[in-house]
Amino acid sequence: MISEIIQTLPQVLVDGLALGAVYAVVAIGYTMVYGILEFINFAHGEIFMTGAFVGTAALFLFRSAGWLGGMPGWTAYLLVFMIAMLFTGVMGVGIERVAYRPLRKAPKLISFISAIGVSFLLQDIVRFIADLRTGNFLVTGITLYGGNLKVATSSVWHVFDDAFIKTNTVIVLAAAVLLMIGLDFFVNRTKWGVAMRAVAQDRETASLMSVNVNRVIALTFFIGSALGGGTGVLFAQQYGTIDPYIGFTLGMKAFTAAVLGGIGNIRGAMFGGLLIGLIEMFASANLGIITGGSFGAEYKDVVSFLILIVVLIFKPEGLLGRAVKEKV
Amino acid sequence: MQKWLTLLKERPLAQAALYAAFVVVTALGVYLSDKSVVSFLLLLSSLLLLYYTAFSNGVKWIVGGVLLLIVIPFAASGGASHESYMEVVTQCGIYVAMALGLNIVVGFAGLLDLGFIAFFAVGAYSYAIFSTPQANNFISGQLFPLGGAWFWLFIPIGGLIAALFGVLLGLPVLRVKGDYLAIVTLGFGEIIRLVFNNLSKPVNITNGAMGISSIEPPSLFGYSFTFPHQFYFIVMAILAVVLFAVRRLEHSRLGRSWKAIRENEIAAQAMGIPVIATKLTAFAVGASFSGMMGVVFAAKQTFIDPTSFTLVESATVLVMVILGGMGSVPGVILGAAIVTILNLQVLTELTNWFNQLTLNGVVNIPAALSPSKMQRFIFGAILVLMAIFRPNGLISAKNRKADAEKLKAHRVPAPVPASQSAEQSGGAFK
Repeated sequence: MISEIIQTLPQVLVDGLALGAVYAVVAIGYTMVYGILEFINFAHGEIFMTGAFVGTAALFLFRSAGWLGGMPGWTAYLLVFMIAMLFTGVMGVGIERVAYRPLRKAPKLISFISAIGVSFLLQDIVRFIADLRTGNFLVTGITLYGGNLKVATSSVWHVFDDAFIKTNTVIVLAAAVLLMIGLDFFVNRTKWGVAMRAVAQDRETASLMSVNVNRVIALTFFIGSALGGGTGVLFAQQYGTIDPYIGFTLGMKAFTAAVLGGIGNIRGAMFGGLLIGLIEMFASANLGIITGGSFGAEYKDVVSFLILIVVLIFKPEGLLGRAVKEKV
Repeated sequence: MQKWLTLLKERPLAQAALYAAFVVVTALGVYLSDKSVVSFLLLLSSLLLLYYTAFSNGVKWIVGGVLLLIVIPFAASGGASHESYMEVVTQCGIYVAMALGLNIVVGFAGLLDLGFIAFFAVGAYSYAIFSTPQANNFISGQLFPLGGAWFWLFIPIGGLIAALFGVLLGLPVLRVKGDYLAIVTLGFGEIIRLVFNNLSKPVNITNGAMGISSIEPPSLFGYSFTFPHQFYFIVMAILAVVLFAVRRLEHSRLGRSWKAIRENEIAAQAMGIPVIATKLTAFAVGASFSGMMGVVFAAKQTFIDPTSFTLVESATVLVMVILGGMGSVPGVILGAAIVTILNLQVLTELTNWFNQLTLNGVVNIPAALSPSKMQRFIFGAILVLMAIFRPNGLISAKNRKADAEKLKAHRVPAPVPASQSAEQSGGAFK
């Protein structure tokens, strides 16, 4: 049993890291909004999903315009990535303006309900457009980098099997790392980053210090949503087929990641994302082996949700977060 | 118009006559036509009209009972669409009971539960497993399936098991609050669904994604219930019990504790309300309504599988509560009725009509636009619009007004005058 698990370990690690990178970048969107507004943007998973669809649609558009053959793959990738990020970023700002800002003073329950409504709306609008264009809401996109690389882990230690890594996985990892470093730099080193942290700490005082709170919140939504949308493109490239309902489960897991790392903490979200990705891949590869075939990979989501529940109950401040005292 | 309305308000007899005329006309409309969705909806809306009449509460209950037990079943029996009408009303009753259950959790106690359908699933599976040979897989002795007479016993059993799960889900409540709680319950609901979906091995308990079929229909003294109009009366009976319980609970000590916790948990705790026990009872009571209706649902459909218990179903019940008004019993009933009728009748009718138009070549409406597929869009729009424009729902919750004079006559002067405290009482989530 142990030898079987060790044998597949390199592959599990590679796949888990790729998935974890996706979770991490989406988790950052949750964490940023939560850090500033103390509000769970339930529609974030759907913004991610919209990004995946916009990216795929842009690729289809490129192909039908005949540009895809003319330009190198990386240019197309970058262009699509930018289009999706811009689109979802603007969409995030719009959602905040229409569905969340009027409710900023309302009880949290009400704004949360509004967020659930937005996520349903997005699912159905995307479903509708995809259905109308292709006659099916399951969309299989164009994969730009489909090649496989072999990582010769068996030469490192003979117990390991060789791992295979898609070329795209390398891009996913690189893009995720770049986005995370860029964001970290932005939040910690720039003027707008300072303003964001100020608003997160105390909205009223920040507004007294001539920080335009509404604009900072809009910017937060823009960046968070753009990150989510961009990750959608990475996801669509990595897994090929997308549907309007991928946002829900992925959003839940990214949220788990954000909570695990300590919600409101950007580095925590990155760490939590990678951890959840690894755990999920490990569970999906080895649950059957560990339980002797009684429970298989179909329980991997149960594992993620259980982690969420357990963390929220026993360590709601997360692994890297600070415990917040309740204000009375 | 205004003049007529005030005139009508002053004369209860005229009101009664007008109301009776409305009921008779719509009932005849339903009875005489083969299929007229409009007159059927008008007949149902007479119940809403009844709510707004000036009759005393006792009269309203009696008239409502007569409408539900005699007029509606009789009027629907005239045309060919008898069973489809009864199916809609039965489903309405099932959802009303569930929405009333969720209303206790969300509306009264202020705990947002996004996995509410799990309790419905628990109730449905508890009857389905034991009324089919399915249970033989894990209990030896070929004792199953149980006969249809056991159905009646399973209604309370389903409620009890669901209540047990309610307490189980309620346990995290002790630590988690607000929107975190919503996410936890969401995760719980998904876990329940995934488990039901995959529990076909190592021991085949739920038959996995295939679902459980040929569930025994209920029987009473050898008389078997199979048609929707027969289930209608079962549902109405349970609904009566649920309504009675909700009305009594709302104004009981427990009900007031729920509302106190919703308004301010810390203050409630300081006033000596046991927060843990109160929250857990909210979950248990709400879940038990859902579990009982789950049993009826399983028996009515004779087939269940995990696709009936997804997040969308939980959201459906939530939409009913939000649309009607959190914490408002008449509001929630209205919300449940509107959403169910919209889902089952209006959207399907519109879809058929659009299909007809497309077939006849009048206009070409793409299949993607078919209204029955737009469920999520409609629910999403309802949630956002209600949150922004009417967070208290269509019929907002009212606190029962106490008669200040009567109270004063009975007790020594209170430190805060009763009239002032009555002014301060507010609706849900002010």
